[in-house]
Amino acid sequence: MAVILVYSDKPEVARELAFKGKEFAAALGLGLAAAALGEGAAGRAADLGAHGADTIYVSEDAALAGLQADVVADALAQIATQAAAAYVLIGSTRRGKELAGRLAQKLGAGAVSDVNSLVLTDGQLVGGRYALGGNTVAEERIDTAVKVFAVMPKTFEVGEPQAGAGAVETPALSLTPSKVSVVDRRAKEGQAVNLDAAPLIIGVGRGFPKREDLAVADGLAAALQAEVGCTKSIADFEWLPEDRIIGLSGAKTKPDLYLALGISGQIQHTVGVSQSKLIAAINTDKDAPIFQLADYGIVGDMFQVIPKLVEKLKSL
Amino acid sequence: MTVKIIVCVKTNMDLQMVRIKNREPVLEAIPYKVGDLEKNALEAAIQIKEGGADATIVALTVAEANGKVKETMKEALAMGADEAVIVSDPALAATDQAAVAAAVAKAVEKVGGADLLLFGEGSTDNYSGQVGSRVAELLGVPQIGYARKISLSDAGVRVERSMDDMIETLEAPCPAAVTVVSEINEPRIPSLMNIMKAGKKPTAEFTLADLGLDAAAAATQKSVLSNLAEEQDRKHIMIEGDPEAQAAGLVDALIKEGVLGR
Repeated sequence: MAVILVYSDKPEVARELAFKGKEFAAALGLGLAAAALGEGAAGRAADLGAHGADTIYVSEDAALAGLQADVVADALAQIATQAAAAYVLIGSTRRGKELAGRLAQKLGAGAVSDVNSLVLTDGQLVGGRYALGGNTVAEERIDTAVKVFAVMPKTFEVGEPQAGAGAVETPALSLTPSKVSVVDRRAKEGQAVNLDAAPLIIGVGRGFPKREDLAVADGLAAALQAEVGCTKSIADFEWLPEDRIIGLSGAKTKPDLYLALGISGQIQHTVGVSQSKLIAAINTDKDAPIFQLADYGIVGDMFQVIPKLVEKLKSL
Repeated sequence: MTVKIIVCVKTNMDLQMVRIKNREPVLEAIPYKVGDLEKNALEAAIQIKEGGADATIVALTVAEANGKVKETMKEALAMGADEAVIVSDPALAATDQAAVAAAVAKAVEKVGGADLLLFGEGSTDNYSGQVGSRVAELLGVPQIGYARKISLSDAGVRVERSMDDMIETLEAPCPAAVTVVSEINEPRIPSLMNIMKAGKKPTAEFTLADLGLDAAAAATQKSVLSNLAEEQDRKHIMIEGDPEAQAAGLVDALIKEGVLGR
């Protein structure tokens, strides 16, 4: 039986893909296979089985150390061929996105990356993603025999694991070590923030003339118990780390409240907040595009409004 | 050390000028420009050259639907590329990443290969991030994505790159394909003098046939079923008054909406 094959370098994303992939597979009359690759892969197999995989292909081949894109693509292409994969769903993490193009090229497959919706339409999976710099959402179907979708983390919810894990297979892979070697690896600093899950988010943009002015936003964030995110330009100035970027090149958030401070509302940013339940904005320019997207708007000097806001929040 | 760096450039519509009418994008008469991340890639190449490498920088593009691609690519030449290579063919007007990658790979071979291939991590308009990886596979070279520092030595290329949760330093022998992220540098704005000089720099143009590809190679592997702006249903309530009244109004609204005081 042909299969949907799922893979991500991030176990939690692989689980999301397996759980939803199982539903697609059942509807399409396909099996669900998962791949676990690299160091510690065998230990992740049972979890993938419990989340829907009928078969888990496990390889800890030494060539997979470091999970370099060329070798992972090679391994997945071989597994996809052995398993007769009709679809390959991979997590659109940085590693996954890098992998998608190379894997698709090996498989002669069309690929859609950064997919944030995947639905079954007329017997085929159709992926939705932002296009035209976020101005539009394109719904794309792949017309090649094998189809590769790189799906954004948290696109699918994960259900309860089920007893009765899938069958673990150790595929015979012919892999050559990557020409890329790892010199150093270190965890990023300031990784504490998880904007994807934050219920209240304050966004800061170019309306803040200098780095020190961001203290005003921090004060409001403390009073609101909100996380602070930013536009790309603020991170480009290195005023905030890049994991705070919201938008096309950063987090796609879904908070209960997004409060935009000094943000004009360029589409590259607003695609990351358009799913917010409520959007409020403070900007000096009454014609700023952010007000088109706002439920509540304040035209004014945020450096005058924010201290008053903090005062009122503290008195609640 | 003599090196040849090919910077692969996508030119895209100026997205600030896209207007939405009845959820449909209005794309007539929008000028093209060199993509944002490709400018970072060009800047990275120029900095390698300015750092003392005897480097030749080639800016290579596949025209796709840009009818004025030669004009657009002057921007890359004005920044500091030594020459431009343009693949232009009517068959490429509606294409996808696989076809663009095939054309890029053939064009790279046509001009004698490169020591280093640079790409943006994604294009400004579509951000798919596929072309660099596909070209690396087609040419059989190692790839390193998301570079925020690049240095070249006789041993090859060393890259510091920014991943989801870690910073990695990687090395690969040349030729290699590297994609860059925006924080790698601040792309220069060309001087008037360099803009004037750009028109005199060599530009080679190839059709698909020149590269040994037929029109079928430009066929898309995907169908776009719809491409519409997201629907937004927002209240658009403006809170008037002095800062005090505006702050009070917003706090009241947030309480009423159930966001505060839960």
